Amino acid sequence: MAATVSLRTSGGKPSRRGLQDPLWLRAILITLALGFLVLFLLVPLVYVFMAAFEKGFGLFLKSLSDPDGLHAIWLTALVAAIVVPLNTVFGLAAAWAITQFRFRGKNLLITLIDLPFAVSPVVAGLVFVLLFGRNGFFGPFLFEHDFKVIYALPGIVLATLFVTFPFVAREVIPLMQSQGNDEEQAALTLGANGFQIFWKVTIPKIRWALIYGIILCNARSMGEFGAVSVVSGMIRGQTNTMPLQIENLYNEYQTVAAFSFAAVLALLALLTLVIKVIIEARVQRQGNESGLPVSVPLVAANPVLR
Amino acid sequence: MNIEIQHVSKEFNHFAALHDVTLEIPSGKLVALLGPSGSGKTTLLRVIAGLESPDAGRVIFEGRDVTALTPAKRKVGFVFQQYALFRHMTVADNIAFGMSVRKRKDRPNADVIRARVEELLGLVRLEGLGNRRPNQISGGQRQRVALARALAVDPSVLLLDEPFGALDAKVRKELRHWLREFHDTLHITSLFVTHDQEEALELADVVVVLNHGKIEQIGTPREVYERPASEFVHEFLGEVDRVALGGQSIYVRPHEWVVAPVAEGPHELEGTVISMHDAGPVVRFKVLAQEQTVSVELAPRDYRRMQIVIGDSIGLRRESREEAVVHKS
Repeated sequence: MAATVSLRTSGGKPSRRGLQDPLWLRAILITLALGFLVLFLLVPLVYVFMAAFEKGFGLFLKSLSDPDGLHAIWLTALVAAIVVPLNTVFGLAAAWAITQFRFRGKNLLITLIDLPFAVSPVVAGLVFVLLFGRNGFFGPFLFEHDFKVIYALPGIVLATLFVTFPFVAREVIPLMQSQGNDEEQAALTLGANGFQIFWKVTIPKIRWALIYGIILCNARSMGEFGAVSVVSGMIRGQTNTMPLQIENLYNEYQTVAAFSFAAVLALLALLTLVIKVIIEARVQRQGNESGLPVSVPLVAANPVLR
Repeated sequence: MNIEIQHVSKEFNHFAALHDVTLEIPSGKLVALLGPSGSGKTTLLRVIAGLESPDAGRVIFEGRDVTALTPAKRKVGFVFQQYALFRHMTVADNIAFGMSVRKRKDRPNADVIRARVEELLGLVRLEGLGNRRPNQISGGQRQRVALARALAVDPSVLLLDEPFGALDAKVRKELRHWLREFHDTLHITSLFVTHDQEEALELADVVVVLNHGKIEQIGTPREVYERPASEFVHEFLGEVDRVALGGQSIYVRPHEWVVAPVAEGPHELEGTVISMHDAGPVVRFKVLAQEQTVSVELAPRDYRRMQIVIGDSIGLRRESREEAVVHKS
């Protein structure tokens, strides 16, 4: 009661008492929501950093700079550097096809794009083993030509590509669908060719959603564990990415080292969040010019935040 | 530029949007494609633009078959219903777009483009707004930017899809007059799509009435209004009642009735006033006459002179066509 009265007098606004839930209900809901956030998100995050720096900054750096550790960082960056551009191109191609053309099987394609979200990453990894492994479908052929996919970089890249495929497409397609293709058609009547329409009209129109999709794709490709663990074989110094390295170190009770890598991944997650906030602020300021969807499934992208 | 549409048909998922449409549009005219939604009017406009390719038939510009050409090669200016301005570009960049995407050898230099943009901004009365973005100007201004952008490529024909559909009533009226004047100065062959019969009649030199993918009638506004070629045109062009008179079924518009006291016969119909609505420039009545309800429109002056109230008996007769012409002009 007191809160409502003071609100009315200090703000000079008309009373909204009739529209508001009672104070005790608001208090309970807010406490529940905040409590949940603190307990399940903030505390673990702080703990990751605390554990990493437990024995000082020196040991943190030392854990990261051990040769196997450096290789894991390098491999993770390499995989992301290959996967993110490819999935950006695939995602844009899928979005373009779905929004600009009329064709049979369009709905099937839209559904298939979501498949990696629906399938467990471990299953995805196993599928690649069945296809490209020694006794798999393409196995004999690959063995004959001495080309290793499973337990090697190509397999890790394939698995990561599969898991992170939806991110760019999922961000861009709804936006392009809601904006329609009138602007592209207008550009066409004004004499622009396909290339000009794409670069001068479509890309600027969707740029924030695209950037956001790329960031999510990057965060997930660096953080992917399930699918990659099946195809990589977890050979230290050769096929271990950062998440796999964390698992190895943790199982060997090297807690500080494990948490040092975890801290790096968590930092990546925080950076992703910061960029998301900046982009959303920009979009708001520009009068929602690009129409970025308001809520986006950020948590799905980063296993550290999950 | 003269445009011919020859036996054009177009289907979408087995729905015939256009069915064997043949039409000739004389050079320099302002033409309205009028019809209800789903009548094929927008499809016809898009076929002329080259944004849709017809399943059958040909589109001829000035004797040249352009059916297989892209919109750019046809040199059409197209104004979209929601304007489709490039939202990330300024007004000036929007207008310059058509010039700046030309091949290098055909592209005017930056100064020429800038001068042309200024000239077009002046033409559509938007001087000084070149640096704004589309979301910073009003709907009517956006509409004119879309028009300037379409004109920047020196089109040989201007195509407008529901050009006033997204505007409020007052702006719509203003822009309508402005577009008419604009056309009278430029004399560029123009087609616009509308579902608003008043807009078509007021603005166009020629009205093409479409229904279910077929042309119902082509004529001047006066011709289609006063000599409708079909029942559909009768009913679509403004309010009309179907009245049984002397064993015949006849279409009569509310303003075509001449109202007189019952005593001053003879009348074609006699009836009772059952409702009345004073709508400003006209007064509307519903008259129940021989078990049929008839709408009648009367000038406020005549209404005051006769002092009609609900429940009165009145006599009605149709004013002759000659009278209608004299009365209207």
